[in-house]
Amino acid sequence: MSETMGLSRRDFLGGSAASAGALVVGFHLPMAGEAQAQNAAVKEVNAWVVVEPDDTVCVRIARSEMGQGTLTGLAQLVAEELECDWAKVTTEYPTPGQNLARNRVWGNFSTGGSRGIRESHDYVRKGGATARVMLVQAAADGWKVPASECRAANSVITHTPTGRTTTFGKVAAAAAMLTPPADVALKDPKDWKLIGKRVKRLDTVDKTNGAQIYGTDLKLPGMLNAAIRDCPVFGGKLKSFDAAAISSRPGVKKVVRVGDTAVAVVADTWWRAHSALRALPVEWDEGPNAQVTSASVAATLKAGLDAPEAVVGTQNGDARAAIAGAARTVQAVYSYPHQNHATMETMNATARWTAERCEVWTPTQNGEAALAATAAASGLPAAKCEVYKLHLGGGFGRRGAVHDWVRQAVTIAKETPGIPVKLIWSREEDMLHGLYHPITQCKLTAAIDKDGNLDGLHMRISGQSILAALFPQNIKDGRDPVVFQGLNASGPESSIGYTVPHLLIDHAMRNPPVPPGFWRGVNLNQNAIYLECFLDEVAHATRQDPLTLRRKLMAKHPRHLAVLDAVAQRVGWDKPAPKGVHRGLAQTMGFGSYVAACAEVSVSDDGVLDIKRIIAATDCGHAVNPQQIEAQVEGSFVYGLSAALFGECTVKGGRMEQQNFDTYQVLRMSQMPPVETIVMPSGGFWGGVGEPTIAVAAPAVLNAIFAATGKRIRDLPLKNHSIKKA
Amino acid sequence: MATLNVNGKQREYDADADTPLLWVIREQLGLTGTKYGCGMAQCGACTVHIDGVPTRTCVMPASAVSAGAKIVTIEGLSPDGSHPVQKAWAALDVPQCGYCQSGMIMAAAALLTEKPRPTDADINAAMSNICRCGTYNRVRAAIKLVASGGPAPQV
Repeated sequence: MSETMGLSRRDFLGGSAASAGALVVGFHLPMAGEAQAQNAAVKEVNAWVVVEPDDTVCVRIARSEMGQGTLTGLAQLVAEELECDWAKVTTEYPTPGQNLARNRVWGNFSTGGSRGIRESHDYVRKGGATARVMLVQAAADGWKVPASECRAANSVITHTPTGRTTTFGKVAAAAAMLTPPADVALKDPKDWKLIGKRVKRLDTVDKTNGAQIYGTDLKLPGMLNAAIRDCPVFGGKLKSFDAAAISSRPGVKKVVRVGDTAVAVVADTWWRAHSALRALPVEWDEGPNAQVTSASVAATLKAGLDAPEAVVGTQNGDARAAIAGAARTVQAVYSYPHQNHATMETMNATARWTAERCEVWTPTQNGEAALAATAAASGLPAAKCEVYKLHLGGGFGRRGAVHDWVRQAVTIAKETPGIPVKLIWSREEDMLHGLYHPITQCKLTAAIDKDGNLDGLHMRISGQSILAALFPQNIKDGRDPVVFQGLNASGPESSIGYTVPHLLIDHAMRNPPVPPGFWRGVNLNQNAIYLECFLDEVAHATRQDPLTLRRKLMAKHPRHLAVLDAVAQRVGWDKPAPKGVHRGLAQTMGFGSYVAACAEVSVSDDGVLDIKRIIAATDCGHAVNPQQIEAQVEGSFVYGLSAALFGECTVKGGRMEQQNFDTYQVLRMSQMPPVETIVMPSGGFWGGVGEPTIAVAAPAVLNAIFAATGKRIRDLPLKNHSIKKA
Repeated sequence: MATLNVNGKQREYDADADTPLLWVIREQLGLTGTKYGCGMAQCGACTVHIDGVPTRTCVMPASAVSAGAKIVTIEGLSPDGSHPVQKAWAALDVPQCGYCQSGMIMAAAALLTEKPRPTDADINAAMSNICRCGTYNRVRAAIKLVASGGPAPQV
């Protein structure tokens, strides 16, 4: 099945912004752009659905495909209601500029927080249903029969009383002329035929033959290439560079200052730009952070663990009093380091700037934010800018909130008016200029009553706030709600799965001069480690089975409990593990879904970890494509275990020490355990699946390591510790 | 001008002596299926076959490759995606973002040529490519699918 990126692909071949040949019926848009849209060759049944005369259905996808399968899942949602032939479905991205011109008819483009399906399922299904109603009406009109006597299935419309049939493609033009119904009913989930089915991805084949075009692969006529070096010290600036030293190198066209902090070389090929940049003498003003180290950052965070001032996230009862009066207490301090997203495709964008118009081609998780960055950097209004989204070679949160690379590309392109320039970051640049997983520490104190029950818990988080750096307007009364992912008292997004009589979870914000960002799984990652490992500690201290302890606290959290029970049952928790194998459990809720894992590990006498098997369960409410959910769960263990075993970016001299995969190790195939995934949708809600499972990967393994060795690892990554049995 | 044999064709190219084969393939020959990931032979995204041997091209100067050496890139693995590894990849929906998959497929194809029935240890040794999305288990399953005769025909 071909996946088209029609508009953008056409555009970089030099075509107009109109997709040709297809039928369009406009949503009736109360705006000036409508007439233009109607007159253009663009033909659509509505904003979501284009039907070609040959019955091919093109579904418009607003969210970005970065491997998570949202393209296929969202197409399933539309096709379910459209009643079209799935074998004839293709997809395309509308552009952010079109969304702007059409009053955001496609809604939010942002693709993060595992929101693709769970945030847009309602309106994309309605898009499909609306188009179906219009197609059926057009057929009925042609037959001069009531639409109520007609049915659509598999792209065929049948007039039930007479058995006459026609196809979507034949009536699409007429359907396009109809006024869309004001409201449409969606199917009852029990009638779904495509949602819940293990259909194949729509974008696989091009990823097996080299045909898939990523941002780094884009080629435009006359295009130049750029490499960039930004001040390696956070907060530092570019002082000077000696362009003359490299300007006579082959292929070099320009050496460009980019803002206050960076310098770029523009050349005929990227390799020549990159090589010349490496030879370019540069002086930096390292600024106020030149002495910052990981140790100084850790000391700042440590002070926050006991700071009198902290913002309360979740509270019930009186945890401090419970701890003060407890029969005994258990206390531990955990920490979680900075991580780099390390997408396989480094940051890149191609920009073409003139005084009248600026266009950008880039892999982005948020086309609209990329458009805003383009406008800001170009000096042009957004209406004179356009962004063409390309498939992402990994996103993981790096390519969503901040489009630093887009601003750079546009700034460089302004130096070559009319000539497109493709900026590609080297891996080193990518590692030095991440938006890093926030760094935090956590002190947990448990009050244990005389019977060994957990009576109180104080969880003090100290550390970095993503919102403070990126969206400070979303911080209210000093509270960054994202800090408390998985620890909220209630709610459909990320609530805690335990009832503790006296509970206090608070945050002392400490922001080191390292730019933070949304890193796949975000703060759920470390919060689940802190809580799930500490509960294991409490279980051990009170001589309870870790599952039994959890179950006692989870009576009022049936969905959290159900996934935990599912993994315990599958692994056979009530029976001994095989000889030499040890188990660890973890559960959490985040991004609207409930997840749990059980890890089985062995640790050799000389301290080598072997993760034998992972059992994982997910309740995401409605499971749109179970085989892709399984892929996301498996992938989540790769991401989560990479972080747990190896991942850390350390600061020295105000800059990151790790600059490539030789020092920033990630999980490889030889280290990847088998994963058995239990997809157990309980219905009634829509949860995300791209991220939550990451959070249970590390605590399940760490708890299993404790079971195997008696060693409690409280600061990651594991590579910094010996797990040789004491 | 120098010459390389790529996907069965003699191709002329013009590049500085130190230019890695990866960038000649991508920028001079226009074959962009082979990817840049690290530039230091760590990740394997740039893997092609040179005389059948899986080779990481981001650190190998093109000038070190003789005009007669047979280079095969992902685009030349089969004319129509019909290589058993490509078919298995499609059958199991292996790729996620897909960026590392050209290198994965080239490494797997070379492994299966050398060892048609690889053990898990063989797979672990040959497949050291980095995938950040986390396709490893499906990569392993797809290699085993090829070893066991490939996907059943679609009915």
